[in-house]
Amino acid sequence: MRHSSDQRKSHSHDRLYAPIDTAPTATAAKEDGITATMTYDGENEAPKHRTHADSDESMATITPQEDDGTTLEGHEQRPALPPRPSLLGDRPTTPLSPRKRPALQSKPTTAVSSVDIQTLSFPDGSRGTFPTPGSRSVSEAGHGISGGTSTPSSRKVSQNGSEFDDSTSLMSYTPTLRANGDLASLLDEGLNSQSPAWKLLSSQADNVNLFETIDYEDNALLNFDQEFDEVEAVDSKGGNEEQVLLLWKAKLKHYLILSSAGKPIYSRHGDQNLINGYIGIIQTIISFFQDAKDPLMGFTAGGTRFVVLIEGPLYFVAISKLGESDSQLRAQLEALYMQILSTLTLPTLTQLFTNRPNTDLRRPLEGTETLLSSLADTFTKGSPSALLSALECLKIRKSQRHTINNTLLKARTEKLLYGLVVAGGRLVSVIRPKRHSLHPSDLSLIFNMLFEAGSVKAGGGENWIPVCLPGFNKTGYLYMYVSFINAHDGEESSSDQRPSTAGSSPEDEIAILLISTDKESFYELKQMRDDVVAQLESNGSMGIIKAAVRQGRPSTADIVPGTQLRHFLYKSRANVQFMMPSLSPDFSSPLARRKLMSLYHNLHASTHAKHSHVKVLHCVARDSNSLVWTTPLFEFYCIAGPNTSRAGLTHGANKVIQWVKREEERVFIIGGAVF
Amino acid sequence: MAARGPAGSRVGNSRFAQFKLVLLGESAVGKSSIVLRFVKDQFDSYRESTIGAAFLTQTISLDENTTVKFEIWDTAGQERYKSLAPMYYRNANCAVVVYDITQASSLDKAKQWVKELQRQANENIIIALAGNKLDLVTEQPDKRAIQTADAEAYAREAGLLFFETSAKTAENVRELFTSIAKKLPLDQAGPRNPRSGGRGGVELRPDTPGTQAGGPCSC
Ligand SMILES: Nc1nc2c(ncn2[C@@H]2O[C@H](COP(=O)(O)OP(=O)(O)O)[C@@H](O)[C@H]2O)c(=O)[nH]1
Ligand SMILES: [Mg+2]
Repeated sequence: MRHSSDQRKSHSHDRLYAPIDTAPTATAAKEDGITATMTYDGENEAPKHRTHADSDESMATITPQEDDGTTLEGHEQRPALPPRPSLLGDRPTTPLSPRKRPALQSKPTTAVSSVDIQTLSFPDGSRGTFPTPGSRSVSEAGHGISGGTSTPSSRKVSQNGSEFDDSTSLMSYTPTLRANGDLASLLDEGLNSQSPAWKLLSSQADNVNLFETIDYEDNALLNFDQEFDEVEAVDSKGGNEEQVLLLWKAKLKHYLILSSAGKPIYSRHGDQNLINGYIGIIQTIISFFQDAKDPLMGFTAGGTRFVVLIEGPLYFVAISKLGESDSQLRAQLEALYMQILSTLTLPTLTQLFTNRPNTDLRRPLEGTETLLSSLADTFTKGSPSALLSALECLKIRKSQRHTINNTLLKARTEKLLYGLVVAGGRLVSVIRPKRHSLHPSDLSLIFNMLFEAGSVKAGGGENWIPVCLPGFNKTGYLYMYVSFINAHDGEESSSDQRPSTAGSSPEDEIAILLISTDKESFYELKQMRDDVVAQLESNGSMGIIKAAVRQGRPSTADIVPGTQLRHFLYKSRANVQFMMPSLSPDFSSPLARRKLMSLYHNLHASTHAKHSHVKVLHCVARDSNSLVWTTPLFEFYCIAGPNTSRAGLTHGANKVIQWVKREEERVFIIGGAVF
Repeated sequence: MAARGPAGSRVGNSRFAQFKLVLLGESAVGKSSIVLRFVKDQFDSYRESTIGAAFLTQTISLDENTTVKFEIWDTAGQERYKSLAPMYYRNANCAVVVYDITQASSLDKAKQWVKELQRQANENIIIALAGNKLDLVTEQPDKRAIQTADAEAYAREAGLLFFETSAKTAENVRELFTSIAKKLPLDQAGPRNPRSGGRGGVELRPDTPGTQAGGPCSC
């Protein structure tokens, strides 16, 4: 696919979208990303990786006006981007080799804007910093050259203008883009219509389905169907070794965790015999760079990207053929680390390795492999929540949510720290003390445990779980009371047969979570739970929650009738929450969902790369059309079929954004309940 | 968690009592599977490890007039939860200590739990020893790592009830719980609270006066 798509987006296409669109380049970058050594490296933290940032720059169709404050609050006005006249004449004859293209030297402007430092607010408006990939990359920027890379060539920032991406120059065509203007006018289709090729293209049906064109050259996801199949163990005689190794290598995604002493801790695929050798090699490589005080952050081998995260005595490695950016992968590794902390707490972890550097961590972590694996698989399947570092809420009326909040507040007991009602992984209600906010990354660990991994639900009872929430406090445990209610149960069953979980999907589960610092408070919280459930039943809230769960997410067409958009993500940055429509019917299969998520990952990477100023990006690919738009208020991503016109896309986008604005207090928890 | 004894009641001829039971034993011996069999009569070969502890209830009839409700704490066997164990067994009326008859080391672990219970738990706690996964040796006798006679001798010596069970086939699971129920003190029941059989009744109010049954087990 890569080759053909490269051809596809050759010159005529360039001109096709020339007026403002960087799509051909962007598309190329995306598609190349799988093999490329560069595309996502643009996100690498160390400034020296600027060489890789060409994909970002290549999409920089944004005018100075658009580069306004990029902090969440948006009050920090950035100076306008200086023009880059020297580049304008430098359109390369072939834009096909992004991996060779160095980035623009964009320091002067980026230095002013901490694009991704986000002071985020939780539902009620309280603040905290949230480790989005972006914010991490900013904080790591200080490491400078020591950031390390195994691709030394990437350290050079070439000033060779002739290699600049063609689209860079496109800036000059669009001096009047307004970030806060109407998106449709922003991406004026009138510009397109000037191109005969575009006319030709748009004369085709608008409604060719997404991913419908079967791309025989698209090998990237060829094995996705088998991605989650277990790799069998190497048998004692080693007779099947070769075959097992092939299966193992065919996995598109690996996660490895090892200790700095080289002890294996976790591998998503393959048994110990299979991975031990690799663990040894990886340990050697990472340690080599560690010893040189130049920590290894990532490297590329063939079409596979390796990203390394070092946390104290632990090495985390993500190995991906799925084309995620470095910071996206690093965020995933970070989440695995958080899961380990959540099991052990930081002092225990540190203690173990201080006492015995050679500690085998598998024993202390026993029983939590499933939690690591379900996290890993969530990332591999593609998770909007993980990508956006945001939570999703169950859509109900504001007054209904208010009633539920009050029910929780009224039933609150002395020992309660946090109280939550969660339905199918979507937040219904939260109550919390004024001085403690609840960290989205902590919540996603909890949601993973409750809704993705089966262990808790399978118990079929009420649960009392010691858990460290690293965002809240890395050093100690909290105690979490959990009980499930099935949304399809006619009514709340008696305690004797309480949660009947057999045969229901996680989407149908309603969970009451009550968290305390006191490990002895189970009965107290259980009483609160019973009171809350009884009250929710009697005031009708339980029925409302169940109905909302059963109804599921609205489809894109429910939201904007007749729209050509097939799916979208809307993240409210202030609320650290996102909204999305149902995945069905277009994306119900794991493969289609992965393709969708890969598109979102690409859009996200483009707008979140360290030196990226991209605020709007329209990507055209053979089988899809996608758009991202970020403002200080929101990030919006959407997907449509390949023949959708840009007007169709932007019209749909505007409609959705208007809808979200209108429904804001239903789709998001704004100003949650505090006590 | 406040101290609680068995709660009981009597209406006419019928007796109702409830007891707190804790399951202990090494990880993966089948504690959760035994509970699932007992409570839901199900078995799941791909069980994931318990995280933290699970609280379940099951009511059984000993005879026409006698109903016993178990409040069951199914604990996770992992070391890191060790320090939490006391809160589960502290006020337990009875305990099931489980080992896997195909894993020799699991009996050692079980013996440690028994010792800990006898030292730290309720003086009158009734302890049953359960050698689980009996089905595995029925198919392949050479898989057995712990002889029935050895475990039985140990149980007798330590004063434990003893069963070999299979959560998979259900063999002896109900018997295990029934024989525990029969050993529990059913007779100090007070007047029956009309709500005590259901949720929100005595079992949820650890400190409700009148639900404490003080007397030690006389069996
Ligand atoms: N064959 C067989 N397998 C069992 C039996 N009981 C449990 N298992 C299996 O042993 C594993 C561990 O069981 P689990 O109940 O989670 O053990 P726990 O950690 O003690 O709670 C699971 O794979 C069960 O399916 C049994 O009686 N027979
Ligand atoms: Mg268990």
